[in-house]
Amino acid sequence: MLTKRIIACMDVRDGQVVKGVQFQQLRHAGDPAALARRYNVEGIDEVVILDITATLESRRALAQTIRAVAHEIFLPLTVGGGIGSEDDAAAAVDAGADKVSLNTAALRSPELITTLARRYGSQAVIVAIDAKRRNGGFGVFVRSGTTDAARDAVEWARQAESRGAGEILLTSMDRDGTRAGFDCELTAAVADAVNIPVIASGGAGGLDHFADVFTRGHADAALAASIFHYADTGVAELKRFLHARGIPIRI
Amino acid sequence: MIALIDYGAGNLTSVKKALTSLGAEFVVPDSPAQCAEAKALIVPGVGHFAATSALDPQWRDAIAGAVRAGTPLLGICVGMQWLYEGSEEAPEVPGLGLVEGRCRLLRGNAAERLKIPHVGWNALEVTRGTSRLLAGLSSGAHVYFTHSYAAPVTPDCVAATTHAEPFAAAVERDRVFGVQFHPEKSGETGLRILRNFLDLSSC
Repeated sequence: MLTKRIIACMDVRDGQVVKGVQFQQLRHAGDPAALARRYNVEGIDEVVILDITATLESRRALAQTIRAVAHEIFLPLTVGGGIGSEDDAAAAVDAGADKVSLNTAALRSPELITTLARRYGSQAVIVAIDAKRRNGGFGVFVRSGTTDAARDAVEWARQAESRGAGEILLTSMDRDGTRAGFDCELTAAVADAVNIPVIASGGAGGLDHFADVFTRGHADAALAASIFHYADTGVAELKRFLHARGIPIRI
Repeated sequence: MIALIDYGAGNLTSVKKALTSLGAEFVVPDSPAQCAEAKALIVPGVGHFAATSALDPQWRDAIAGAVRAGTPLLGICVGMQWLYEGSEEAPEVPGLGLVEGRCRLLRGNAAERLKIPHVGWNALEVTRGTSRLLAGLSSGAHVYFTHSYAAPVTPDCVAATTHAEPFAAAVERDRVFGVQFHPEKSGETGLRILRNFLDLSSC
């Protein structure tokens, strides 16, 4: 049976892992390669590197970070943050990324999804959606959550799928970094609307939150950052907990 | 020396990285003739079955010829599908036909949320205990898949995986081996499988 995936995300700035709350107040959380090595030992299913500044200088640092992390783990590795062109995606793939995650650029030019899906296959193209509750629905924000894209998250997820996206990485901006639990309603709304896997993100704080997002939220995978970085919740402990709850997990 | 066949679909980075970590030497041949010199051949693959059409008749003859001469061949993902007669994904593109059967689209099961593509870690059900490729692994070992098409479970299948329906996760016929999953992204289990292939190839 296909297992639910537990994904560790590293928000990277200038080669270091940082983590904020609701996209603000960044603090340092360590060296990406050292963290990746620990996650691998603990049984993480997948790793995501998000370059959260994506300035020209940090882009060069990013390629080094990707290479360093890819050297540590033989697991699927996704890279996102500031990928705005086919060349940016190629640089990430050449450095060792298996998948690229598009956000702002996908909304600006959805044809980039199709271009990359043709070149690398849909399985290599993730569309990241930063969503926020609004008027009873879910709005989409871009530019690291600073700009309202005036789109509906469910509608955009459907369009991304039709353009060739292989997965959706769905972040609740309301819950990001709060440890209040995933937004299961948001996750289920998107997961039920598309036929590609949905990775839930934003709000993981305890073991129960993961169980909730896999059952009530219909998520295919769940992503977290800070709770894994600071080792509040070990990946192995989380997986044993989910397994005991009858959720299919790779132990 | 292993020949890693590059037909331009996606990247070989992770396969190269895994081979390097296992201490294996490899080349990416520029011309089909180099296949004859290799101790083993690996055809990696991601993406669309049509991409395998870049392996023109010269490449096909060279690879099939090397296998006839006793060289082990491992196909990964689309590289495994290419070992069969063909695929529904690109009916006009012939496979190498070293293994009987045709690949077809997995159906999934929307009611049970079994989505296509089949992405993630799933269990191997070993169907032939004498597999050299899977030596040392037991049923239930998890490996990483990402695909929409798959080969049927036939007598050459050494491990099946179920996603709404069973399909061939690993195939083995004489010196021809294939895995639908990505051993280079399947942690220690995947590295063990690659190690087995290197060992049986004396690489």
